[in-house]
Amino acid sequence: MPKANVTFEKLGITVSVPAGTRLIEISEKVGASITYGCREGECGTCIMKIKSGMEHMSERSVLEDKVLQENMAGRSDRLACQAQVLGGDITVKA
Amino acid sequence: MIQTPDAVEIAPGTHWIGALDPGLREFDIILKTANGTTYNSYCVRGTDGVAIIDTVKESHAEEFFKRLEQVARYDEITTIVLNHLEPDHSGALPELMRRAPQAKLYISTKGQLMLKALVKDPELGFNVAQTGDSVDLGGRTLRFFTTPFLHWPDTQCTLVEEQGILLSGDVFGCHFCDARLFNDQVGDFRFSFEYYYQHIMRPFREHVLDALELLEPLPLKLIAPAHGPILREAPRSYMQRYRQLASPLLHNEVGVNNKSLLVFYISSYGNTARMAQAVVDGAETVPGVRVSMYDLQAGGNLPFVDLIEEADGLAIGSPTINGDAVKPVWDLLSSLAAIKVRDKFGAAFGSYGWSGEAINMIEDRLRGLKLRVPIKGVRARLIPTEEELGRCRDLGIQLAQHLTGTVQNRVISMSELFAQEPSHA
Repeated sequence: MPKANVTFEKLGITVSVPAGTRLIEISEKVGASITYGCREGECGTCIMKIKSGMEHMSERSVLEDKVLQENMAGRSDRLACQAQVLGGDITVKA
Repeated sequence: MIQTPDAVEIAPGTHWIGALDPGLREFDIILKTANGTTYNSYCVRGTDGVAIIDTVKESHAEEFFKRLEQVARYDEITTIVLNHLEPDHSGALPELMRRAPQAKLYISTKGQLMLKALVKDPELGFNVAQTGDSVDLGGRTLRFFTTPFLHWPDTQCTLVEEQGILLSGDVFGCHFCDARLFNDQVGDFRFSFEYYYQHIMRPFREHVLDALELLEPLPLKLIAPAHGPILREAPRSYMQRYRQLASPLLHNEVGVNNKSLLVFYISSYGNTARMAQAVVDGAETVPGVRVSMYDLQAGGNLPFVDLIEEADGLAIGSPTINGDAVKPVWDLLSSLAAIKVRDKFGAAFGSYGWSGEAINMIEDRLRGLKLRVPIKGVRARLIPTEEELGRCRDLGIQLAQHLTGTVQNRVISMSELFAQEPSHA
């Protein structure tokens, strides 16, 4: 199964995960300072910044795109509860 | 108390048209209001138009409209500005828009979502204002300053340029009701001003400092907030007070390159205290960290909250009694909503008799407060062994390394991650 390496920059930890894993599944486990609201992509609480490797992330769904726009999120922002890692190396600011 | 039925002119052509709520004793559940409050709104008249800045709580709309009608006709209103969309300022907006449908509504960029959620009218038109944008009323210019998180994401201030009047929204306001309105005429409201800052603005003190950078250079003659007295006597002193309140009380002796770690504990038989000392001993071996230890049993919450606001990390030790952390710990943790603690590092430890739930509970609360909790807490059954004290020292070392950014990057697999205790790598 393809793997992705997700590095939490501030925590100093890299987690090797199967492709398709949602960021929230990892960030919750490592104790990152991300809070979670609805967990369904509607509230925008879990916005997190991708420092590098956005090309290894799933495309934004219509819902995620709408919520990110409503929250004035930048290009490097994703919803942890929606975004999946697809492979390669990804670094998040957390 | 003197009641006034009239609009009050605060400068030529600019009137207070708000509402008094002297009977209010509790605001938004969390604030005591011994003197009630006011919902201040203002009417600014130019030669080419009339602007209404902020409205009032819906329950006080009638009072607001009566005052408005004394100084303007609805068909004259060209502009409505909402500096802040919380219901105590937007409550009368739908009715005002109905009475003055030609008026253009101005809100901040981040006010858009709030507006949609508060006024369930998809047809409602509005304009987005950003810092520097202005509206010309003819001889009166409204200039906008985006001041987010004072105390909602949407908050902004509006300057009446020619008159040097800052219509500031909630910032520089307070819950104090006195119909004499002006700060040089009302009763002593200083405690209300401080109380309001501590409870409403303090969690956003970085944003307060950003806003002060924007507002301090303005040529101000008067500050007209959305609650409480209008500040016409020495308005700058209130701004200066905000700067003091948003700054550390004393110079922090921890150098700019050093990090501060606070270790709090409470202990029935000295076991959790011994663990606290071991955490401190470990942390102190890491250069660049100043470690301080406090017994929660002997301290009040307020000074500890002040300390935590300034610190980079905190570790909390609690015994487990009746399956829970003890009350002084919860008292401290529940006080932290008043300050910004996001992204600080946190950890928990403690001695227990037979179950030891307190550690996970404290960690969950720390995560809920948006702290980073990267290290699994240490639990020890009753008297900690040397091995357990060693783990406490390791906890201190790792926490200190996280603070100084010297922690070595670890690589771990998902299955290893899941095999560990919840929420710890």
